[in-house]
Amino acid sequence: MVAQTQIQARADARPQGGVAPAVKMEARGVKVFYGAKQALKGIDLDVRDRQVTALIGPSGCGKSTFLRCLNRMNDTIDIARVEGLMTLDGQDIYDRSIDVVQLRARVGMVFQKPNPFPKSIYDNVSYGPKIHGLAAGKDEMDEVVEKSLQRAGLWNEVKDRLREPGTGLSGGQQQRLCIARAIAVSPEVILMDEPCSALDPIATAHIEELIDELRANYTIVIVTHNMQQAARVSQRTAFFHLGEMVEVGDTEEIFTNPHDERTQGYITGRYG
Amino acid sequence: MPMSVLVAVLVALSLAGFYMGRSRALDAAGGRMANLHSVPGYYGFYAAIWAGLPALLVIVVWSAFGGAVVNALVWSSLPADAVQGLSPSQQSLLMTNILNVAGGNAGAAETSPVVRAAAEYHQHLRGIGRWALAALAFSLAVGGLWYARSRITPSLRARNQVERVVQALLIMCSLVAILTTVGIVMSLLFEAIRFFGRVSPVEFLFGLHWSPQTAIRADQVGSSGAFGAVPLFAGTILISLIAMLVAVPVGLLAAVYMAEYAPPRVRATVKPVLEILAGIPTVVYGFFAALTMAPLIRDAGQAVGLNVASESALAAGVVMGIMIIPFVSSLSDDVINAVPQSLRDGAYGLGATRSETIKQVVLPAALPGIVGAVLLAVSRAIGETMIVVMAAGLAANLTANPLAAVTTVTVQIATLLVGDQEFDSAKTLSAFGLGLVLFTVTLCLNVIALRVVQKYREKYD
Repeated sequence: MVAQTQIQARADARPQGGVAPAVKMEARGVKVFYGAKQALKGIDLDVRDRQVTALIGPSGCGKSTFLRCLNRMNDTIDIARVEGLMTLDGQDIYDRSIDVVQLRARVGMVFQKPNPFPKSIYDNVSYGPKIHGLAAGKDEMDEVVEKSLQRAGLWNEVKDRLREPGTGLSGGQQQRLCIARAIAVSPEVILMDEPCSALDPIATAHIEELIDELRANYTIVIVTHNMQQAARVSQRTAFFHLGEMVEVGDTEEIFTNPHDERTQGYITGRYG
Repeated sequence: MPMSVLVAVLVALSLAGFYMGRSRALDAAGGRMANLHSVPGYYGFYAAIWAGLPALLVIVVWSAFGGAVVNALVWSSLPADAVQGLSPSQQSLLMTNILNVAGGNAGAAETSPVVRAAAEYHQHLRGIGRWALAALAFSLAVGGLWYARSRITPSLRARNQVERVVQALLIMCSLVAILTTVGIVMSLLFEAIRFFGRVSPVEFLFGLHWSPQTAIRADQVGSSGAFGAVPLFAGTILISLIAMLVAVPVGLLAAVYMAEYAPPRVRATVKPVLEILAGIPTVVYGFFAALTMAPLIRDAGQAVGLNVASESALAAGVVMGIMIIPFVSSLSDDVINAVPQSLRDGAYGLGATRSETIKQVVLPAALPGIVGAVLLAVSRAIGETMIVVMAAGLAANLTANPLAAVTTVTVQIATLLVGDQEFDSAKTLSAFGLGLVLFTVTLCLNVIALRVVQKYREKYD
């Protein structure tokens, strides 16, 4: 119950429509080390509220590492070490007072490979709300599950087989199930790590449409190797190269008029 | 010619065949490997196999059947009046006598002229047999060598033929294990059928009284014996249950710690140490149970006013549980580790805590494998003998009280067959009946366990 009222309070605190996009998450001088190897060399980046921010760059440039800093998923890797300042609504998320579990309820994540739990479709979606106590009673939970599946554009396909295992769905459906699972917790930010790389073009188109719709309610950060995808779904694009952030700006500007030579080289396909 | 010399000669011929075949293939190809169908070594093996294999087969066949043939010849040479009217056991006694004399094991002076003559004839036949075998094997080896040499041309598919022989060898090796199992099951089955001819299966499976002592003389007390095996099954189940109550929680929690919480350095130390437990001989566990655990439990029981037998099911079960812990923990640790990291990430990404992730995502995903591990551990517990012999006693009590002495199927089998026994009494044959039941139960458990584990594997590969 406490968690529910907290989340309600957070939802009320969001800026309402008509205001210029505020900064939702802020990174200042973020460095990440895996053992002795430095993966990120001081990243400064603002993630704006209710926009899609795309992170692009060649493989191994650190964009996934940066994404995993945003909800402290790097904590699960023993040898990873994070330095620098990273905030959510102005609050340092690496501060001692922050509970990582609460943080991840606010900053959800969708992974590269669809990873539904080996449970039923219903249980997959209800898992997050259950552990955070977001639904009182079965009726309310049914509602949360239905709404999340609808938002993820999966409801019509699965409404008659909610009790079947989530692992039995097709790849694209599984990924939308994972998005529904993430939405069900009512996060403020959704991180997506190459969510379409394991999917075929039609499933990819589905997910892209979905991302565009989700933008109305959520702040989204997406890592992608597909530059057309970045151009299609994002409002802002950041280009990463060798652990540095080379350039960030409005997507249109990055793709039509990049300032840095390396950005230009990458988006025109000269390397990467 | 002794067998070892013969084998040495065959090995030498095969070696010669190898080098001969290789160099002949190279010669035939004009020194250019590209002209050959196979790599030169295969032509070498081809010739070596032709030189060694047929001769070896003859030797094997002779070792298996040669003795019987010689014996039959000796037997038919005996004068008719010496063998007439002999019972089968007297016949085999006579034959044993002849063999002993022929082998020089018995004093020739004490034996009859008939036996002595037969023994001499036996030695004579064996001598001929040995030389004939040597000559045959040698000529087969040389002939094989010559044949292989004539066959070797650049177009000979030596690799395919050698591979076919190797494949036959592999099949034979796997057959050895299977045939042994089949043989054991068969002997168990036939002896058990003999037992069930004397004691009805209904009495055996459902009788409540176990007292296998049968009288040797008609006038002895307690002559008939009782073969109701229910107390033994009950004792086995009781002790296995206690063992699993110890092993499953401890082993599973240890596995969760090792797989999910332990830093890699700790895990690298703890896991092998835990597996050392599996390497302790069960007889050592046995005297640990009998000399340490049982008195401990008895004293503790007396302190709170309970009457505890000095050999109790509890002591044996607890120690057996300790013995099984590494099975459960090691196998469970493996299946927990096999749960994909992406599932954990998925749960963490939703804001699940570590314990929520383990309880609600990792363990359910690993459950089929854990069930398999537990079933394997159960069949290990049911089949365990030494600990129970030493710590649980021999009294066939039908009780559910873990503080009383009980006995198990395996213990009874051991005691029934230890020492000098005649193998046609119901008492000793009952061991085979028990063995059959035990085998059936553990076989079923193992099959179920393997099926469960297999199903789990299919899911994530």
